[in-house]
Amino acid sequence: MKIDFVQLTKILQRLKANPFKIYPVITPHTGKIIEFKIKEGEEVKGPSGKWLEKPGTPLFVLEREKNPKLIRANYSGQAIGIRTDLLNKFVEAGEKILEIRHPLSQEEVIAEILLSALYIISAPETARYILTPELTRRVEKEGLGKTSVNEGEELLIMTFMKRETPIYLKEKGSFIIYQIYFKPFELIQTGSPLLGLCPVEDLPHLEKIIQRIKEEWSL
Amino acid sequence: MLIELHKKLKELIDLAEYIIDIKGEDFHNIGQVCETLRQRYQNFYEYSSEDMQVFFTNSQEKLNFILNKAEETLTPYEIVKIVRHPQRFTLLDILENVYDSYVELGGEGELNLDPAVVCAKAIISRRVGNEIYFHQVMVIGHEKGHGEEFRRGGSATPWGNEKALRYMKMAETEGIPIHFFIFTPGAYPIEDTPGAAQQIARNLYYLSKLEVPTVSFISEGGSGGAEAIGLSDLRLMAEKGYYSVISPEGAAAIEAKLKDGRPPRELVEKMAKALKLTARDNLELGTIDRIIPEPPLGARRRDYDFFKRLKFELIRATDEVVLHTRSLKMLRKYALTKQTDESFRYFVNWDLSEDEREILVENRYLKYRKMSQWALLEPKGFLRCMAQRGAQLSQSFAYEIKYRILKRGQKTFKRFWDEVVSESSLLLKPVSDPVKSVYNLIVGKKIKAKVKALTEIEGDTTLYISPLALQDRTITCPQADKYGCPDLWVPDLYGEFCGVCPTCGYHFPLEYNWYLNNLFDKNSIHTFNDELSSGNPLNFEGYAEKLKSARKETGLNSALISFEAKIGGLSVVVVMLVADFRQGTVGVAEGEKFIRAIELAKISRRPFIALVHTTGGIRIHEGTMGVVQMPRCTMAVRDYVDSGGLYIVVYDNNSYAGPVASFLGSAPYQFALKSTRLGFAGPRVILETTGQPVPPDYHSVENALKRGHIQGIWDRRELRKKLFFALLTMGGPNLYYR
Repeated sequence: MKIDFVQLTKILQRLKANPFKIYPVITPHTGKIIEFKIKEGEEVKGPSGKWLEKPGTPLFVLEREKNPKLIRANYSGQAIGIRTDLLNKFVEAGEKILEIRHPLSQEEVIAEILLSALYIISAPETARYILTPELTRRVEKEGLGKTSVNEGEELLIMTFMKRETPIYLKEKGSFIIYQIYFKPFELIQTGSPLLGLCPVEDLPHLEKIIQRIKEEWSL
Repeated sequence: MLIELHKKLKELIDLAEYIIDIKGEDFHNIGQVCETLRQRYQNFYEYSSEDMQVFFTNSQEKLNFILNKAEETLTPYEIVKIVRHPQRFTLLDILENVYDSYVELGGEGELNLDPAVVCAKAIISRRVGNEIYFHQVMVIGHEKGHGEEFRRGGSATPWGNEKALRYMKMAETEGIPIHFFIFTPGAYPIEDTPGAAQQIARNLYYLSKLEVPTVSFISEGGSGGAEAIGLSDLRLMAEKGYYSVISPEGAAAIEAKLKDGRPPRELVEKMAKALKLTARDNLELGTIDRIIPEPPLGARRRDYDFFKRLKFELIRATDEVVLHTRSLKMLRKYALTKQTDESFRYFVNWDLSEDEREILVENRYLKYRKMSQWALLEPKGFLRCMAQRGAQLSQSFAYEIKYRILKRGQKTFKRFWDEVVSESSLLLKPVSDPVKSVYNLIVGKKIKAKVKALTEIEGDTTLYISPLALQDRTITCPQADKYGCPDLWVPDLYGEFCGVCPTCGYHFPLEYNWYLNNLFDKNSIHTFNDELSSGNPLNFEGYAEKLKSARKETGLNSALISFEAKIGGLSVVVVMLVADFRQGTVGVAEGEKFIRAIELAKISRRPFIALVHTTGGIRIHEGTMGVVQMPRCTMAVRDYVDSGGLYIVVYDNNSYAGPVASFLGSAPYQFALKSTRLGFAGPRVILETTGQPVPPDYHSVENALKRGHIQGIWDRRELRKKLFFALLTMGGPNLYYR
């Protein structure tokens, strides 16, 4: 298992050329667009609040059968490509009405790079997870990004209703624990990432890339 | 000598600061007086002793003059400020100065189950001639503390109220009187188990039949929080105390329809006046029994004369409660008036015998039954009254004969007969079985059903179409984002679907008429007490007009409808709180109608159902007249349940505050429809009081079920079936009384 740095550089180049993520806003059903609530290039906000209880910025109103439905932004960013020509016209479901250009932050770029670069161990079942006590001690002592693990080593304990199952490292070679995606004893859904591992020999290279992103993106 | 003077000067400064806090700096130049006092205090030793003495006497006179002036011009809002002042006496000051000794229960200070509630076993003494007598009492009350953060200003948490209840029960076991002290701006509005509203309801439920004399003293009585320990045989109130349905700030925010921010000061002052929250107002309204006089601008923690007076009044009040349970009432009453301030003429034993305890509970019931009845708007006439009374008497007489005499005889006979038959059948079985099977073979087996089967009860109702269904349009389910519900066609939704989204089960609000027409058997509803009407007992400004428009819009006289009806042939008495009439808030008329309905259910031995279409709490425009409906109605509930009735509550839409914290929350069987929001205080009040925002689903019915506040969640489409089932299973053979 080696990190494919060529692929990674390509991703990075693409992100650098266009440091945005484009989220299209499509119509959920057929209807008539009776009003636009925003103008081209305006900043919009996604849902906010601790529980995302505050709804996002209103974008446009879609009406079907005398039922006006307000469509709101799900992401923050800049509203672009608004199809004002569709005002007071009938549209099909799934029609793209506008796009939200969401500027990527440094953290989001790093997270995306890491997710595609690292060897990810994901949760096999919906359960609670902890690092093994020995590993926890080592991570505390040596720090994240320095603790190494080898093939066959016990990494995690999956615990649910007093049933405990160990999770071993199956991949060949030795790895560095680079990222921990969970909190101990938190309920994790199946398939969510738990650990991000980096092959020992690739570590300096990866760190260099991360460092570069940090420097370049802060500008 | 000089040191003494130095100390006294400090006291004068305290007093001056206190007056400034209450009346403001500009009142008779008090700010300047205070400043000179402070300067003198700082440079105390630069002046000669005589000079200082003269200055002290002068300032004292000046301050006394200002104090008396301040007392004369005291407004209701200033009284609220006095009550909340950190220099005011608290429960711990009372425990120190009124009682001879005490032991705190449930922890002390910060290490307390709930530092806002203090429970203590105390001893109070009285001198009769040369003898000293000691009484044991249980003291339960709120502790505001002198500005201590952890006491939360005397706001009791649900577990604080639970602690209070535990020691009330302990006092009952020991047979000692309870003294309650109310110093609370309101209960702490969190829903954590046991739940603010539910715990207050439980407290009220037990308090209504507590078999020991109870006396309460109100200094700051804020709505539900006060009621949790306020239901008592005799209510005393401090002269400078307040007792109100809501804080003036809260009332102002509601009146001004504020979403956030502070209400304007003038409006707050106006509300304080309009709510009629002072001791004198409450005495006039009949919600309290006696006022304890206080020194000018209210008693503070070192007013020992006040504590002496309070001690005397507490003992006298307990005496009065005890004596009212004893025979020779007139003589006792006369003797009571002879107990004077300084010393008691005779000793009253506070232990009660079995009979006396019964009388005590009965007295309490009668006291609360009468409370606020004067404010009722009811068409009266001599003939009408006589006819009503006659009908009531004959009805209760008929039911007495039917259930007390005939039914009981029948039941005893049936039990005897069942025993005989079942045991003898064992002997006869070998003989009778072959005969039976041959008979069944020829004639065919017949089983006689006692109650209607469920399939029979369906389709027994009139078909009712909601007026909401008449629009030709679609509507989007609020949970469409989460569950992907397709848009709903309005005639479908409000017609066939009973206002329920078929995809996710979200319940849209429906008007109350839907329930009347779809839950009960055809033409079985007979409303009663319709003419009882909500009035304006406090002459609250602008409220009469609001009532008038509500009456015109809904065609109802109050927010509560009471009726007799049948479900699948089972006769029930039902009350329904209606959202259309001022958000289903409860005032005098609603409380009285509730009590009359539950009393009817009691004498006619029928199950009692409370349907809550929506309730917004106690109507603030009726002030404490509304608040006393909480203990009144809960007492009626207790009386009904104790005599064997089945009481079921079903919540819908939004159910909050006072009613949930009393007569609804005390029901043993509470259910809610899906998508109901149920709780004590709304999210905004919680944010304001606790400083913590609550999650959007905090008051959802699912959470209420998880916390154990209700017993089940029902679907509206199955409500009729569910109610019928509930009546059969929870009532069963006991449906018409044990």
